[in-house]
Amino acid sequence: MSHKTKRGGISMSRLPGSRSAKFVPYLIPGLLGLLIIVVIPFVWNIYLSFTRWRGVGPVKWVGLKNWQRLFSDSTFWISFANSFWIIVAIVVIPTILGLFISSLLTDVIQKKFGGKMASFLRALFYLPQLLPVAVAAIIMGWIFRPEDGAVNALLSKLGLGFLQHNWLGSPDSALPVLMFILVWIQLGYPIVIFMSGLQRVDPELYEAAGLDGANWWQKFRVVTLPSIIPELLVVILTATIGALKTFAPVYLLTKGGPGTATTVPSYYSYNQFFQVQQVGYGAAISTALTAVIIVFSIVFTIVQKRVEKELV
Amino acid sequence: MTQTMSAAAARKASKKTQHVRSTGDWITLILLIVAALLVLFPLLVLTVNAFKTSADYNAAGPLSLPKHFTMEGIVSFWTTTKFPLKFWNSLVISLVVAVAAVVLSVLNSFALGIGKVKGNTWIVLAIMLANMMPQEALLYPLYTMFKQVGLYNTKLAIIIIFTIIQSAYGTYLLSSVYGTFPQAILEAAAIDGASRWQILRKVVLPISWSTISVLFVFFFVWTWNEYMIPMAFLMGDDVQTIPLALATLQGQRTMEATTLASASLLSIIPTIIFFIIFQRKLSQGITAGAVK
Repeated sequence: MSHKTKRGGISMSRLPGSRSAKFVPYLIPGLLGLLIIVVIPFVWNIYLSFTRWRGVGPVKWVGLKNWQRLFSDSTFWISFANSFWIIVAIVVIPTILGLFISSLLTDVIQKKFGGKMASFLRALFYLPQLLPVAVAAIIMGWIFRPEDGAVNALLSKLGLGFLQHNWLGSPDSALPVLMFILVWIQLGYPIVIFMSGLQRVDPELYEAAGLDGANWWQKFRVVTLPSIIPELLVVILTATIGALKTFAPVYLLTKGGPGTATTVPSYYSYNQFFQVQQVGYGAAISTALTAVIIVFSIVFTIVQKRVEKELV
Repeated sequence: MTQTMSAAAARKASKKTQHVRSTGDWITLILLIVAALLVLFPLLVLTVNAFKTSADYNAAGPLSLPKHFTMEGIVSFWTTTKFPLKFWNSLVISLVVAVAAVVLSVLNSFALGIGKVKGNTWIVLAIMLANMMPQEALLYPLYTMFKQVGLYNTKLAIIIIFTIIQSAYGTYLLSSVYGTFPQAILEAAAIDGASRWQILRKVVLPISWSTISVLFVFFFVWTWNEYMIPMAFLMGDDVQTIPLALATLQGQRTMEATTLASASLLSIIPTIIFFIIFQRKLSQGITAGAVK
């Protein structure tokens, strides 16, 4: 009866009496679309990484030249080093802050001040996540305007005028300010996911821990943290992939500058494609980025499976 | 089941302790409100300045309330960028993508999750990889392809690309949902002699409707928010979306602070209205793991 039943190599569907093969037509439009929009362009892009092409005219095969250049190109390595900081801003900081905020919202606000207050505060934290990332970046760029922006105005109001700065335009502050902006955009995401995970936790566990005289930090470590490991792993995986793909904030706020202070791989490849017309080199950068993302995802998924198995 | 039970238990527990609020509880509340206000601060400042004259801004800076309330900035962005047209473009692209991507996701998942088509695990794995791919790795070939077939600079190009990209995510999620679709229901339907197409429409669709509607809302929002591929593909003023229009304005370095504030505010209003309407679906989706 099971759908796994196979008779003479004919695989059966979960629908009694229907062979799997009968379902193939349902798959054709979707797979055809994926072939044309994802598979072919991806393979083509890998091919382009072995060529020199200016976008028009003949495509010239150059073998491993782009790849050799890639390994000795300091901008390329800087872009990945900057990606590390982007990961700190999109994964590490929001996840840690999110853990504390979500557990306080669930553990204190929801219990003592009611669910309405907790979900209202959650919605406020989530608001920047909702905006198109390009629009959110532009708004924050506006706040950090060099001459007359709100941050500089606030500093002078507080008598800290000497701290005024061309925030996104100076090499010393561009990356930290970009990171700050990304934290602002990202923070709501872990909060919402962790809060939903925390609803699963049996309140009696907290009460028992409370009766044992555990303080908030101990309860957080013993009860809260272990019970949302699955959510934690999902957030780390998805946010890291998102961080590696970061493009719009960099493109709109700093154009990777000043110099290479905020250059990230996806912006660097875009720049090669459309600004300096080095399509082959841009293709090599984006292929390398794809490889990094896929390797990370596979390794992380294996770790994730192992950790979840241990929990069960 | 366990979730609703523990939620009920939590409610009961909260009723019991709700009136005992320690000083620590109040401090926590105040700290969290301050943190939330910090998050909100940029949007508040933006809103205040959206209704200011630029003379007012230059004289008193961004932190004071407007001396004279003005809609000038809003009206000027509305007319110069042809905002209703940009809104229409965003709406058409996002809506068509959401519908088409949901249809593709359902068809794919029906074949993979219920049909158990040969090699289904490999196909799902490949779709998952497609889903993680950075758009830069597809961008230039897509750009060349769409130029060649004459679809460059059209809404249709964006619709086709994002329908497929979103359906990869939808298939990944929905095929696992269909993989655990109640066997008894399928058997009952098969005994009644329903065809596969009938079973999909009359049995599978209605039962998975809530997951599908969550996917629909997310596809819409994600497509609405897209930036890079639309920017590379939509050059013409008459095909651009709202984020692109705002970015064009921001690119003009001489832009007045108040004009940019009004434009940004106007650009986020549709998103906020959408959020209010679909709040429940959105939070359902985020918490179900329907997230990127």
